[in-house]
Amino acid sequence: MTDAPTPRRPLLVRLAETGRARVAFTLDGAPAAALEGDTVLTAVLTQRDRLRRNEFSGAPRAGFCLMGACQDCWIATADGERLRACSTFIAPGMALLSGEGAA
Amino acid sequence: MTLPVIVGAGPAGVRAAQALAAHGLRPVLVDEAPRAGGQVYRRPPAHFRRSPAELYGSEAARAVALHAAADALADRIDHRPDSLVWNAQGGVLDVLQRGRIERLPYDGLIVATGATDRVLPVPGWTLPGVTTLGGAQVALKFQGCAIGERVVLMGSGPLLYLVAYQYAKAGARVVAVLDSARLADQVAALPLMLTRPAILMKGAWYVAWLRAHGVPIVRDARPLRIVGGERVEGVEFEQGDRLQAIECDAVGIGHALRSETQLPDLLGCRFAFDELQRAHLPLRDAAGRSSVPGLYLAGDGAGILGADAAEWAGERAALALLEDRGLPVDAARARALEQRLAGLRPFRRGLERAFPFPIDWAARADDELIVCRCEHLSAGQLRRTVRETGADDINRLKALSRVGMGRCQGRMCGVAATEILAQACGRPVGEVGRLRGQAPIKPVPLSALSSAPSAVPEPEAAA
Repeated sequence: MTDAPTPRRPLLVRLAETGRARVAFTLDGAPAAALEGDTVLTAVLTQRDRLRRNEFSGAPRAGFCLMGACQDCWIATADGERLRACSTFIAPGMALLSGEGAA
Repeated sequence: MTLPVIVGAGPAGVRAAQALAAHGLRPVLVDEAPRAGGQVYRRPPAHFRRSPAELYGSEAARAVALHAAADALADRIDHRPDSLVWNAQGGVLDVLQRGRIERLPYDGLIVATGATDRVLPVPGWTLPGVTTLGGAQVALKFQGCAIGERVVLMGSGPLLYLVAYQYAKAGARVVAVLDSARLADQVAALPLMLTRPAILMKGAWYVAWLRAHGVPIVRDARPLRIVGGERVEGVEFEQGDRLQAIECDAVGIGHALRSETQLPDLLGCRFAFDELQRAHLPLRDAAGRSSVPGLYLAGDGAGILGADAAEWAGERAALALLEDRGLPVDAARARALEQRLAGLRPFRRGLERAFPFPIDWAARADDELIVCRCEHLSAGQLRRTVRETGADDINRLKALSRVGMGRCQGRMCGVAATEILAQACGRPVGEVGRLRGQAPIKPVPLSALSSAPSAVPEPEAAA
């Protein structure tokens, strides 16, 4: 029911701590908003269902351990950096690329 | 003056720092996280609002006490948050601190690096929507998020029920808890677990609470696969001969915990296979002394014994460091800590009996199963390498197949790869070796290396 027009239903669901200040950033070039204190992983996965594609399989990835051990939550920035999304906080103006583009 | 250094600011590291500071030393406490607490008592960012009771449930008092101890140390230790120790050699640590590399010499080192989930892969485990059980907990505790709208938690171990309880309590929909252990395992473990009735009751209470709130708990559940194209759509599992399917959009998986042992490995500690934990662990005496003089081990990073034990072991290791410097310590306190730690051993065995490792996991794993999520290597590729080369050591298999060589350095695939190897070459899992640690133990950006101090004086002892 929910997945007919767009496959972009977010992965993470906010249950608490929703009264925080908004932080503006861009995701694949489009304006997006997160909350202050979100990790990059939370900022992206509350609006998308992936961070990048695995370079060996081409399959989508969205992190795994969330504690800096698995190294599977890398996401690219517009200036060519790679961030470990689970342990980097979102900052105003960050330009993140999931490689998917907004459909 | 060179100072003692503690790596890891969880329960063990904080209590170690507290004990050293109480004896007049000013240790350096290095930790990857922005705030002290470790994973179990991980603190959300400072402006988050949930109460300790909401965050830590029945462990709130312990969490608050540990955080208070850490905060009270602020002026008496050199706490370095957001700092990754990525190499250790010859009395010096290499630290990546907010994008810059520093060299940190130490006089006495306490390693308290904790643990991660022990993962036994199932087909589909790389799909978006699958996290470790610990990861699911971090999402909730640290970010106020659930990993999905309809969550299945599966694997085994105490964390399975704790995460299920925390999720349901926070308002997430837990559609099923799938435990690979049988009820008979848990009954058989009772005599050992009754040595710690309070912990046993806590576990029983979580199960009762989940049942009372309509969360289905399935025991003897063998996960077959996580279903989905580009993200999680469901789970298939077997109970006895019955095949069952559940729709869900997120899965948390884990089979208890595994220790983070890379630093003792780089520093040359002797390891031995521990049958109970089915892992090679650094050797240590009752006080936490490793086989390397001046190097002490505490907490789950040296063998899984839980958060309370980590606090005791951290303090005990600090006392050992002080004793070895000829400083006076309270011998009765040291003895009491050792007795408490020893007293937990029967309960620890009970946990292993209650949530046994599924020893036929490798035999049941299909050739198509992806074992290495970093570089996409399958069980079949590992088995073929074993067959064609006769490899019977995990480092040989690593060299030939690249398993354990990806970005996680075997943290996520090492247990599974070792089990597959043992099964494929027909040797006991304790006899196929252990993955050796390599620096950098976690990825370090090249941009940071350009900030590295040049003309570093060579440490006196080049081992």
